[in-house]
Amino acid sequence: MPEWPTVRKYISGDTRRVDAVPKVTGRARYSSDIQATGWLYGMILRSKWPAAKILSVNLDKALKIPGIKAAVLARDGQFTVRYYGEEIAAVAGTTKQACLDALRAIEVNAEPSPDFVVHEDDAIKDGSPQVWKGVSNASDPHVRKRGDVDSAFSECAAIIEGFYSTPVQLHNPMETHGNTVSWTDEGVTVWASTQGIGSVQDGFAGALGLDASKVRVLTDYMGGGFGSKFGAGVEGVLAARLSKQANAPVRLMLTRFDEALAVGNRPSSFQKIKMGALADGKLHAFQLENYGTPGVGAGGDSGGGGGGANIQAPYLYKVPNIHSSQRSVAVNAGSARAFRAPGNPPASYGMECAMDELAVKLGMDPLEFRLINDPVEIRRNEYNVGAAHIGWKEKYKKPGSSPGVVKTGIGCAGANWPGGRGSPDTSGEAQINPDGSIEIRIGVQDIGTGTKTVIAVVAAEMLGLRPDQITVKVGDTNFPPGTGSGGSNTCPSVAPVVYDVCSNALQQLQSKSGFADARGDNWFPACKKLGVTPLKVTGQWQQSLAGGPAYGVQFAEVEVDTETGLVTVKKIVAVHDCGLIIDHLTLESQINGGCIIGMGYALYEERVMDRVSGVVLNPNFETYKLSGIADVPEIEAVLINMPERGVIGIGEPSTVPTAGAIANAVANAIGVRVPHLPITPAKVLAALGKVPPPVTA
Amino acid sequence: MKKAGKDKDVFGAVSRRTFIKGLGATAVSTVAAQTAAVAQELERVNAEKVVGPGAVPVTLTVNGEKLQLQLEPRVTLLDALRNYSSLTGSKEGCDRAACGACTVLFDGAPIYGCQKLAIEAQGHEITTIEGLAKNGSLTKVQQAFIDKDALQCGYCTPGFVMSVTALLNKNPRPTLEEAKHACSGNLCRCGTQPHILKAVLEAAGIGMAEKTGKTEGIKHA
Repeated sequence: MPEWPTVRKYISGDTRRVDAVPKVTGRARYSSDIQATGWLYGMILRSKWPAAKILSVNLDKALKIPGIKAAVLARDGQFTVRYYGEEIAAVAGTTKQACLDALRAIEVNAEPSPDFVVHEDDAIKDGSPQVWKGVSNASDPHVRKRGDVDSAFSECAAIIEGFYSTPVQLHNPMETHGNTVSWTDEGVTVWASTQGIGSVQDGFAGALGLDASKVRVLTDYMGGGFGSKFGAGVEGVLAARLSKQANAPVRLMLTRFDEALAVGNRPSSFQKIKMGALADGKLHAFQLENYGTPGVGAGGDSGGGGGGANIQAPYLYKVPNIHSSQRSVAVNAGSARAFRAPGNPPASYGMECAMDELAVKLGMDPLEFRLINDPVEIRRNEYNVGAAHIGWKEKYKKPGSSPGVVKTGIGCAGANWPGGRGSPDTSGEAQINPDGSIEIRIGVQDIGTGTKTVIAVVAAEMLGLRPDQITVKVGDTNFPPGTGSGGSNTCPSVAPVVYDVCSNALQQLQSKSGFADARGDNWFPACKKLGVTPLKVTGQWQQSLAGGPAYGVQFAEVEVDTETGLVTVKKIVAVHDCGLIIDHLTLESQINGGCIIGMGYALYEERVMDRVSGVVLNPNFETYKLSGIADVPEIEAVLINMPERGVIGIGEPSTVPTAGAIANAVANAIGVRVPHLPITPAKVLAALGKVPPPVTA
Repeated sequence: MKKAGKDKDVFGAVSRRTFIKGLGATAVSTVAAQTAAVAQELERVNAEKVVGPGAVPVTLTVNGEKLQLQLEPRVTLLDALRNYSSLTGSKEGCDRAACGACTVLFDGAPIYGCQKLAIEAQGHEITTIEGLAKNGSLTKVQQAFIDKDALQCGYCTPGFVMSVTALLNKNPRPTLEEAKHACSGNLCRCGTQPHILKAVLEAAGIGMAEKTGKTEGIKHA
């Protein structure tokens, strides 16, 4: 069974990102930067109605706009649109300006319908307009039972009841969704902004009726995905059809406005939790009623709710008596997609809020209460490490006892991530040239996590070279296939593959060259012995080199101004089990990123739908607020190095517990809970009884 | 927080200010009585100034080189760089002055490229991310971004690098608060801000206590 080397020069070190120079000089060509010869600009016309029957669409005037080379309908004949932003048609032209004019010239004959519903709490009511006619908006309840909660509650020393909610969160990668597509007689080439070149290839092949071998997907650089960029997308297929019609490559990138409507989001959750513990602090009974919306996709053919908004409950904890019931609710809004640790941040948030409230009711320290109830030893140890780093003993005080106008508080929460284990479907190859240069090719993509750097670091370690001596190629479906960047699986997929590629390379090179050990100083002389024929080797994933699941805990320290309601996060301590760390520098970046997206979820982010018009009210960065540089606290990433566990992916667990930790810190500061994310100043003041509760849109 | 550079009015033969000056003090003070005459004169002068809606020749000075383009007057500087030339280093993240991915230097001051029409940018010195490294040697800011891993997907990186470059040109030893202020017009979704702040201080030659990056081993089953 292969094992990682125990003496390591680059693995677990601080290797600088191997593609950093192109990124800081502007030379890196992202999918949105591709300028294929004769390329056209593409744009999409979207529904301005949340529900309407589209009777006819006339593209004639659009096609007459100077510079317009193609125009296509999203669907033929009459059809129904079910959300604001659903695709109707698309155009391609020589300039963006021509496309803007053409979109205005498209004539849409539609019958808007007043029967739409955009809020899940409306959609779940009897008599609500149906998103899919004849089908209930809410799915049948997904029920889970263990033991007998009713009698168990009567045995509890303390019981709390809470109602916690999380909003629909938008992915908003900095590079919008989109592609440059060239469809010629030879096949289709797609420069895709994607986190899964393989799934995009399959998606285009299926949608266009082509063999996958006729579709090549290229992703040298892409600007973030967070779970929303796995498929070909409607925009990709429209770009392909425009390309075919115009006989030219079409670059169709969505606008920031489009991003808020139609390319995914994290489902909401509305969690009614009743939970009780015995006198010794052991959790004894847990009851949950939850619903949330994954958008329009919850209904339709899946029979009124194909799932998508359910969460794991009671999340990390083992409770002997459980009754949970969950429903997914369709609304007239864009569908959900996977979003960094799907299901986990809302699950962690609701449960960890309930944990703190129950601890307070029991008169216990919330950290102590977790140590009693958390079934995973690694995480219990992480709590102890994190508590020491943040100074829990000195800083934790009775909720609301902080003096003065600006109150301080502290909180914590835990994460579980079942993935991060790697994918057996990843393989790779290398070409070693007689001059000693080596190129490693794997059909994965680097979404910004540092995948290329991981490949270079592992290869350098294995071959006794420097990372900059390794040429790394990813993002091409002509390479051996690899995993999509999801489930925190890329690093634990590629690292074992590179290990195997390099082991095979050394074995063959040693046998061909006669060197007993071709590593390090012997590498170049050994390669020279190849004569004129480069050596080509392949490698497979090795289970013994990858780890998972991943555990983590986070602590947050906040200040809450009780006059303005403003919450300022002062510090986050993030303690994560990283298995064998490949590159310390890029790992720390990912953990920072997980915390910062989690902080946005806690304090700022929420897609707001308008009940009356059915539109998204905040489809831009002025009104959908991301954490800015001035909001970001000191983040102390404590990386638990456990080389014996193998390589573990960390992208997802690092965003799971942040919102729960911040919410608990806020409750600790002001002595009352703000149960509905995001924790805005208005909600803080309302919780303090200083203003009436905010009215939703 | 972005400020355009000096608000020079170089486009067209007659600026509005010089036109009003030309009318003389009397005309301005008694403008109510002469509305019709002023309107007529304005129309005449504007007619001389009107360009478009079709493409017009536009000359931009980008990274010290002249870029001669044919652009509709409504084309933004960002659009001109990204879609009418090969300078795609400046990124489009929102196209409405919110994300900062398109930040370029305009006579040395950071501006959003998406908020300046290309025709207005004529006669000004524009520096994009591609213009920083001279003869392949990186600037201190670029090197610090690499050393501190102040980038992940990298899409916002050109904008941040330009904002930080402008800051350090003006204020070579900024405080942490000044660094945050200078970057407050730039967004990053990957969550790289802590490393960007480290990079700013590194590029300014200011040592910062390394508080993060602790690695610990713990016992486990």
